[in-house]
Amino acid sequence: MTSNILISDDSVSMRQMLKFTLTQAHYQVAEADNGLAALAQAKQQPFDLVITDVNMPKLDGLSLVRELRTLPEYEFKPILLLTTESNPQKKQEAKEAGATGWILKPFDPDKLLAAVRKVLR
Amino acid sequence: MAIDMTEVRQLFFEESLENLDIMESNLLDLGIGAVDRELVNSIFRAAHSIKGGAGIFKFEEIIHFAHTAETLLDEMRRGEHLVTQPIIDVLLRAVDVMRMLLTALKENTDYDAQLVTECQNQLTSFLKTPMEGGPVGGTLPSKSTSPATPALPPEAQSAVKKTQIGGSSATIETVPAAGTAEGETEADSDLEAAGEGWQIDFKPHPGMLKTGNDPINLFRELANLGALEVKANIDQLPAFRDIDPQICYIRWELTLHTNAPRTSIEEIFEWVESDCDLQIRPLQLPEYAQITEELPKPELNATVEPTWESASSDSPPTNLLPPTPTSSIPREVANREVAQVATATLPELAPESVVNMTSPVPQRASPNVPPPQVPDNTLPTPPEATLESPHGQDPHSHPRGSNTQPGEANSIRVSIDKIDHLINLVGELVITQSMLDQVGEHFDQSRLSQLRDGLAQLERNTRELQESVMRIRMLPISYSFNRFPRLVHDLSVQLGKKVELKLSGVHTELDKTVLEKMSDPLVHLVRNALDHGIEIPEKRRQAGKSETGILHLHAYHQGGNIIIQISDDGAGFDLDKIRAKAVKQGFLSKDDPLVDEQQLHELVFLPGFSTAEQVNDLSGRGVGMDVVRRNIRSLGGMIDIQSKKNQGTTFRIRLPLTLAILDGQLVRVGQEIYILSLLSIIESLRIKPQLVNSLAGKAEVYRLRDEYVPILRLYELFDIAPSTSQLDQGLLVIVEGDGQKIGLFVDELLSQQQIVIKSLDSNFKKIQGISGATILGDGSVALILDVAGLIQWFHHGRKTAGVGRMS
Amino acid sequence: MNNDTMTNRVANKYLTFVLATEEYAVDILRVQEIKGWSKVTKMPNTPHYICGVINLRGTIVPIIDLRLRFGLDRLEYGPMTVVVVVKVLSNGKERIMGVVVDAVSDVYDVMENEIKPPPDFGTVISIEFVKGLATVEEKMVIVLDIDYLLNSQELAVMEQRMGDGG
Repeated sequence: MTSNILISDDSVSMRQMLKFTLTQAHYQVAEADNGLAALAQAKQQPFDLVITDVNMPKLDGLSLVRELRTLPEYEFKPILLLTTESNPQKKQEAKEAGATGWILKPFDPDKLLAAVRKVLR
Repeated sequence: MAIDMTEVRQLFFEESLENLDIMESNLLDLGIGAVDRELVNSIFRAAHSIKGGAGIFKFEEIIHFAHTAETLLDEMRRGEHLVTQPIIDVLLRAVDVMRMLLTALKENTDYDAQLVTECQNQLTSFLKTPMEGGPVGGTLPSKSTSPATPALPPEAQSAVKKTQIGGSSATIETVPAAGTAEGETEADSDLEAAGEGWQIDFKPHPGMLKTGNDPINLFRELANLGALEVKANIDQLPAFRDIDPQICYIRWELTLHTNAPRTSIEEIFEWVESDCDLQIRPLQLPEYAQITEELPKPELNATVEPTWESASSDSPPTNLLPPTPTSSIPREVANREVAQVATATLPELAPESVVNMTSPVPQRASPNVPPPQVPDNTLPTPPEATLESPHGQDPHSHPRGSNTQPGEANSIRVSIDKIDHLINLVGELVITQSMLDQVGEHFDQSRLSQLRDGLAQLERNTRELQESVMRIRMLPISYSFNRFPRLVHDLSVQLGKKVELKLSGVHTELDKTVLEKMSDPLVHLVRNALDHGIEIPEKRRQAGKSETGILHLHAYHQGGNIIIQISDDGAGFDLDKIRAKAVKQGFLSKDDPLVDEQQLHELVFLPGFSTAEQVNDLSGRGVGMDVVRRNIRSLGGMIDIQSKKNQGTTFRIRLPLTLAILDGQLVRVGQEIYILSLLSIIESLRIKPQLVNSLAGKAEVYRLRDEYVPILRLYELFDIAPSTSQLDQGLLVIVEGDGQKIGLFVDELLSQQQIVIKSLDSNFKKIQGISGATILGDGSVALILDVAGLIQWFHHGRKTAGVGRMS
Repeated sequence: MNNDTMTNRVANKYLTFVLATEEYAVDILRVQEIKGWSKVTKMPNTPHYICGVINLRGTIVPIIDLRLRFGLDRLEYGPMTVVVVVKVLSNGKERIMGVVVDAVSDVYDVMENEIKPPPDFGTVISIEFVKGLATVEEKMVIVLDIDYLLNSQELAVMEQRMGDGG
């Protein structure tokens, strides 16, 4: 069964890159270009994994994670944050918000897939 | 994995250039003083996106540069800086630099590395958080670094180095991808690498599952590194009925036989560090590992060095840390890490100075820790100093607006709404077609009305489809207007003038081609208004006006046209000077009585006029205006001027919305059919002979209410045989072009219809008085009349015969 | 064997047509089609030898009367009038134009080296439009340089007028 991944990033090129890499690896990918849209999509359909940017218009990534964690179907679902920050404080914030982990930008396709494999069975 | 990145790359450039535009316009909107968080946030996000995208492609220069800009913006949004003009200026320059870098990368051309370094240094000088050295530092061109290399004693250098290492590992920063700290982190952690393997005690906190991390996944990853033995400790497991399935009760002892370094293990547990107790012990620690790992260190130092140089080349080399406190503390922290891996949280433990040193992001000012006391000499260079350099260069030499250059931007972004609408219309068209198919299959007289209906529907479909397709090419004029805040900002600083720019009607849409071709003329007019229209504050004060001049760009639709107005409240035209100059340059004869205000204004558009001498207190206002008008005319538009001395000048440009289609009025002269743009027609009337006057024997004028309108007999001008030469038997069509009215004498008005404009000059040549041609329903060609050109031709002919030539 | 002799041996096909008493030739590769006379739309402000423009499958194509261009008497246009539609190169751009001739004559093979430089006529047509003279089947045909004929002069004339007007 293919896993269903929701990616949320306001940058078209970043989404393109994510989508391309993930589809090549035979994941199913849905996109959202801001946090609110991602939340709406996530509510509509259960995803196996959510990958979200931190800095986004309307609803930022951390808030998105917090919101998702309040939903029963996302209580245990992996959620990865895309971030350029290697700052520990940021990571702490991410963890506190309920993120499963983070992917540091820039990433190369292999790193991304490795991270995804780490949270999907 | 092989990925064709060309398309993503293209997207990245497009998007980044857009982001730069956003940064720029938001920067210009920033008010001096307190920080508008929303605005700064959005600027930050734009810079951040550029950095993120550049990361994909390993555009190191951009990553590094954007990171510096982003750091400053981050400090701003945290309220660590007030918004000042110098900060806005340096950020605007940063936008320029990034634009330059992007353009250079995109087109694979060189860029001015000096400029990058300068701007980078200016940005850095504002930072409260000293920039950490990144890998990108090493990639900066060596010539960009200042010759004054801070000569540090080796101890100090290694202190710096260790600070970074210590800082990194103490924060449990074990991700190699951490970019800036990559080399050091690995080197540090690898001290323990290359053993027999690792003994791992893994005690998840009860809530770990709630983070979405599943131990099984972790073990699977571990097993990828080598042979893994897993022992589960179920001591904590409660009685079955007390089990909460959401809680993890099990602990694991793992033995991994591998030669993978500690970092690889830590990487796997990276996401659960704070959700578990984790101990990683080497199965066997070979003594030599530590010794051999010492060797690469000098090399690492060498790669770090250039950054320090570049970061401090303009400022004293004191961005470097005071060595004493830092050399000891990180060790301590690092030791602590070994002791209690999972619980150490650096920010609380580390003194501010360490964080200050190593973190790319400024620390949050915590209540009990005073803000970092940076020694005086590490303070940013004073704002005055940074203010000076920018204005040395022409602020407009930046490759700005390259995305609006014709020829380059061959793609267009279309909103989904427009596409959806098109798809709907095509759907309707298909339905109509199948309906007509059915009618045609067994056609007889009884189905005639069905056929008619179908054809009517087809016509409606076609028209709507045509309109929708045209709308795809329509872009809001903000694409063009958005460059002006920056231009006006830079120019007014340069000219020492105070100018307030007002933009209105920015959502007015027009054809992409028209928009692109209008770009240069608009810039020209805006520059002119600032150069010659708006006066310096002192002059304005003397004239009793407010010191700040107003430049207003306004766009709106009128009929099928778009009107763009560029108004200033500046000095206005000095008609006496224009007249004197025109006489001097031979454009006018002395005391020519026929030259009125409007005609004097028109002189400004003549090639060569006022290039040689000053019209007002600055250089000539007419420079290039002929080119402006030519461009506008080539688009089928017109421009006129309204100007009052000391009150200001308004340029009014009228342009067709699109170049491809025209609402036309067919007129007949003799055997020929011509087309007039409906927009140029003011009215058509039967001629009352008593209202026709003759001037100077030949020229005829018609009295239209309170004005006299010259009569142009088209058949005469075009040398064709009319049905009638008796004025009262034909029609007079009053048209307006270039702000002038004229009455065209034609035989008859025919139908009005939308026509598709065909170019004449693709196989032939542009003909005066004719703007193009179209193909009528019967397949014949009809010429489209260019009203402005006709008027010009007509006047020219009259002037040649009568008063004297204008040119 | 050098390049010159190579090209000299190449035979090109030429379409010839008649104007008054003379036979003219154009490179057949430049001829797009030959069509009968159809009503033209007159163009104002153009030299008298430009009859006007026609709609040739959606594009606007100018029609030039070669008789008038060469200063010969006008013939009335009718069903027998022939328009040779040619491709003209100007500044690397291809333009389509139609020329009105009395009649199309024939297609000949002409070797490059058979085309002799023209003597100075000083009479019927200006020498600058003539690429050379060739003798085919005992007849003299005038090989036209249509790029030059339908380009520089036509446009130059109009540009001059445009300049006056502007």
